[in-house]
Amino acid sequence: MLETLHNLAVGFSVALSPPVLLYAFVGCVIGTLVGVLPGVGPLAGISLLLPATFGMDATRAIVMLAGIYYGAMYGGSTTSILMRIPGEAASVMTCIDGYAMARKGRAGAALAIAAVGSYVAGSASVIGLMLLAPPLAAFALRFGPPEYFALLLFGLLVLAYMSSGSMLKSLAMAALGLLLGMIGIDQMSGYFRFAYGVVELGDGLGVVPVAVGLFGLAEILATAGQAVPPKVIEPRLRELLPSRAEWRDAAAPIGRGTVLGFLVGIIPGSAHIISSFVSYALEKKLSKRPEEFGHGAVAGVAGPESANNSATSGAFVPMLALGVPSGPIPAVMLAAMMVHGVSPGPLLIRQQPELFWGFIASMYVGNLVLLILNLPLVGLFVNLLRVPYPYLYPAILTFSILGVYAVNGSVVDVWIMLAMGVLGYILRKLGFETAPIVLGVVLAPMIELALRQSLAMSDGHYAIFFQRPIAAALLAVGLGMMLLSLRSFIRRGLDWRARMALAEKGES
Amino acid sequence: MLTVDRVAGAGLAVFALVVLWQSRVLPLGSLANPGPAYMPVALAMLLLIGGLAIAVLGRDAPALRSLGFDEWRHAVAIFAACAFAALALERLGYRLTIFLALLFLLGVVERKRPVVAVVFALAFAAGTYLLFDTLLRVPLPRGPFGL
Repeated sequence: MLETLHNLAVGFSVALSPPVLLYAFVGCVIGTLVGVLPGVGPLAGISLLLPATFGMDATRAIVMLAGIYYGAMYGGSTTSILMRIPGEAASVMTCIDGYAMARKGRAGAALAIAAVGSYVAGSASVIGLMLLAPPLAAFALRFGPPEYFALLLFGLLVLAYMSSGSMLKSLAMAALGLLLGMIGIDQMSGYFRFAYGVVELGDGLGVVPVAVGLFGLAEILATAGQAVPPKVIEPRLRELLPSRAEWRDAAAPIGRGTVLGFLVGIIPGSAHIISSFVSYALEKKLSKRPEEFGHGAVAGVAGPESANNSATSGAFVPMLALGVPSGPIPAVMLAAMMVHGVSPGPLLIRQQPELFWGFIASMYVGNLVLLILNLPLVGLFVNLLRVPYPYLYPAILTFSILGVYAVNGSVVDVWIMLAMGVLGYILRKLGFETAPIVLGVVLAPMIELALRQSLAMSDGHYAIFFQRPIAAALLAVGLGMMLLSLRSFIRRGLDWRARMALAEKGES
Repeated sequence: MLTVDRVAGAGLAVFALVVLWQSRVLPLGSLANPGPAYMPVALAMLLLIGGLAIAVLGRDAPALRSLGFDEWRHAVAIFAACAFAALALERLGYRLTIFLALLFLLGVVERKRPVVAVVFALAFAAGTYLLFDTLLRVPLPRGPFGL
């Protein structure tokens, strides 16, 4: 414990240095803007701004990108409450009661509860990250290729299981992502696969063009034709303070949302969306007045908002400790870290303690910055939504092209983004989730290498995956989840994933 | 009936077959000693099975006709603007390419007044270049006359 506190003190000395503080602040502001703008989620936001960090040292760059990440989680609640449009996917549940509160004239209170809940959850979950990541990293030093193979496969299975909608479709998307990840030079034999003479494809598909295409461009292609912007409810500053009763109603859901969000965040999958969905369902179940849900229940805002912010820190645990991204956003963060010469994984905490602990400390600082920033400046951020979409989308498109090009200085990446944009647009129309594709692209080379190294270790015997307890346990849990999803398929009833898909479509 | 899932499943299955066909030029290896084609083939088989399952089970999915494609004109125009940008970026340079792409989107697609479209496109192309290339030192391509 003493060692942790000492390390944290070192971290704060890094995080509170003026340049790092400045970048944390800039990241939070940009993140909030990204969260406020519908269609530009944290994934596209981080991807687009990655090139802007190239000139910085690794700590500043990562602190800024992390600021964008949790800034977007904060910002997403603003549009949910004021316009009933989720700025990013995790704020879907906040739309229901947040907007209902706004219509009752309690928009300010809803925003304040969302901001305070996010702050409490964000800060508390960093403690969890701080305490859990180092022992997990130490444990992961025992991992060999079979354990990594099982872990990565498990991650994909959980992502498919946790995605809203059909698990079969999610698994198909994961397989498609893994297949796209096969493009490029085979690490073991040096063969060029599916490159068709394009030298730039030797390194495979970059995660940035894939993510920007599937999430940013696809969204623009699908929504650019919409003419009339929705109405914005603008809160007055003096309405920002919730009443005593509202604080009382919010306290317990914030606590529960924090714990729940962190635990869900650690598990691979679309953590933010799931955590807010589960938190909403839990609060409704525990409430003495469940009939208020859907009509402006404070707990319906406090719980999900705390949960999705807490999940942000939770998602960093496997990424920092194991070097394994638990979802598409951590995958892009992982790629960003690698661009800056940082290799997340069991050795990161030992080899670069200043970066790790500086990052942890910057999350405390960032959460505070966001609390201070979000409430008084909410009117300013909302004004951004008044920019007509015919001007907004060409601007976002420019940033997409610029961001994607700048990563490698390659036009091929812009073409990949375009192809992924079209693919994402079609898949969206057909009701498929595209998050597993991004994760598949990132994990494909790792999974393949781990599989082939494992087989080389065992002289070609697949039993190695079942003889080693960690690998066997992970595979058994993954298989169990697949069987569980089969059960709901056989019953032909609406399981929780189907209900979540309906909620995301606004049919709850 | 042609449903969304049937079309999607069939599309995935066809893609998987194409990958299987394309993988034939790579050494497959064996179960014990996988070659470079091993994973792509295994994954394509998985995708093929998944695609067929989605198609077979997709009887109750919404009809393909129910999908709205009202935004297709916008989508095609945006795609064309992006494709132009990809083609022109290293030939005309960042500023000129973005200026022309934005001018097309605002002036032709969104039918904004020519003056507004020109001012917005010019300001945005020059502004983003100044921010990223000059201030943040992200190298962006220059075209003829150093533009």
